[in-house]
Amino acid sequence: MSLVVNAEVVEQNEVMQGHFRLALNAPEVAAAARPGQFLHVSCGNTYDPLLRRPISIHTVDRQKGEVKLLYRVAGRGTALLSRLKGGDLVDVLGPLGNGFTLPAGSENVFAVAGGIGVAPLYFFLQELSGLKHKATVLLGAAAKEQLICVDEIKALGHTVLLATDNGSTGHRGTVVELFDLYARLPVHSCGDYNPDEEMSGYVYGCGPAAMLKELCAAVRENGFSGEVSLEERMGCGIGACLSCACKVKDGKGGFRHQRVCLDGPVFPVEEVVWA
Amino acid sequence: MSGLSVKVGGITMKNPVTTASGTFGFGPEYAPYIDLNRLGAIIVKGITLEPRPGNPTPRLVETPAGILNSIGLQNPGVEKFIEESLPYLSGFDLPVIVNIAGETVEDYAGLAAMLERAAGVAGLEVNISCPNVKKGGMQFGSDPVMAAEVTRAVKANTAKTVIVKLSPNVTSIVDVAEKVAEAGADALSMINTLLGMAIDVKTRRPILGNVMGGLSGPAVRPVAVRAVWQVYREVKLPIIGMGGIMTPDDALEFILAGATAVAVGTANFVNPRATVDIIDGIENYLAASGVQSIHELVGAAHNNSI
Repeated sequence: MSLVVNAEVVEQNEVMQGHFRLALNAPEVAAAARPGQFLHVSCGNTYDPLLRRPISIHTVDRQKGEVKLLYRVAGRGTALLSRLKGGDLVDVLGPLGNGFTLPAGSENVFAVAGGIGVAPLYFFLQELSGLKHKATVLLGAAAKEQLICVDEIKALGHTVLLATDNGSTGHRGTVVELFDLYARLPVHSCGDYNPDEEMSGYVYGCGPAAMLKELCAAVRENGFSGEVSLEERMGCGIGACLSCACKVKDGKGGFRHQRVCLDGPVFPVEEVVWA
Repeated sequence: MSGLSVKVGGITMKNPVTTASGTFGFGPEYAPYIDLNRLGAIIVKGITLEPRPGNPTPRLVETPAGILNSIGLQNPGVEKFIEESLPYLSGFDLPVIVNIAGETVEDYAGLAAMLERAAGVAGLEVNISCPNVKKGGMQFGSDPVMAAEVTRAVKANTAKTVIVKLSPNVTSIVDVAEKVAEAGADALSMINTLLGMAIDVKTRRPILGNVMGGLSGPAVRPVAVRAVWQVYREVKLPIIGMGGIMTPDDALEFILAGATAVAVGTANFVNPRATVDIIDGIENYLAASGVQSIHELVGAAHNNSI
């Protein structure tokens, strides 16, 4: 179920330079939302900028009827959005998209986020925590100051590993390198240690396209499986305009186009065809 | 007939508002937001004989008060459309107009023949104006002789209403409209998108995967209104006006310029309820101004010009 709602801003805070957390009062959207879905947000009241902006749902508080977005100011639309104050109204369409699948069994779960990619994964990790399922969460950013949600994710009971490009905290390098190093360690399976047993796991990824491409390769090389949340320029957000095409395997050695907005944004690692 | 009802060729529309091809999918995408039965007609996404994968991404870029798109006619092909989408649309009280596109005159003839046999098609919108395909498309629409040839080929293969969609990317849209009218078109759709492009100054590359794309949205509306105005004076065919219609007043502007009906396109991306909001607004305008029938307004601005 998806709705067009004129939602009231509860509050908005700058959590880090250029990154904002926006709380909206939208009870029906909060009730319907699942992790990995997004809202298509109208950022102004004029024709310029014209289009809505797709922003992933960061978390919901169903009791309060609130939906929170965590986003980075990337252009004029998000810059306008960042100026909204409590009491302002914002036109949102959603929840849209398919969302992450929650693990059915007790497999090792990894969540790998690059930069602002942590936004939708937080919602997922919250739901996972509610199922008493603990994940290993790998967060990457350029520097320590740019890591978001670290304490919040630890508070959910998950294990958090960090990677920074400049080495200011955690692994010096990319979060995908860190994942790859970690995945090769034969120590994570629960129960009795068996050196012959290969670790397996299921990976949830979100971040820039270049990072996800590497992540998908690392997931497959290590014999894991998983799913990633893709981004593409969107028009309608509801599957009509075919702007946000991505390539998935067609099962015959080629590819076919799917819509990031409606068929995704979350796709199985095995299906995505990278350019 | 209610005051809002109009006729485009053989198609009776309960109100003058339809959807611009390519902005409304095949209908079900918008069903969660509006009652499709409210629409005067639906013009679906462009269909070709064979399935087309479409262009590489990025396929869309926002420009001042508009968007450039280069989708490239991604579609499942006419057979799959007839099998999968027509039955869904038949469940509504809604004339279905199928936008057809081809690379050759024979493609258009073949599409017309196949859709002539399909149940639930009220009319064909002949797309001789898509700027985003290498072969066919706009090439046909920018040459009055070719445009007429495509029109004749379609007319020869169908008894349904044939609406020819004109390109603004021509020296004289009136010349093309006249030739298409002589060739037997029942109505005209105008305008398709304007050819444009955008370059990213950081990467120093064209933004669209296909380099050039079609401009739509409020930015093009004055161009579209002008085209409708010019053609209305010279060609006696009903016109479906389109190009940046966002509000009821925008729609009325086209009607006053000479459009019998209007199509809402880019506005659907901004507001999925745009079509019904515009229908309601036109109805309110009629009531508020004491106009009994929308026909009184078609081309009315011509009476008030020098």
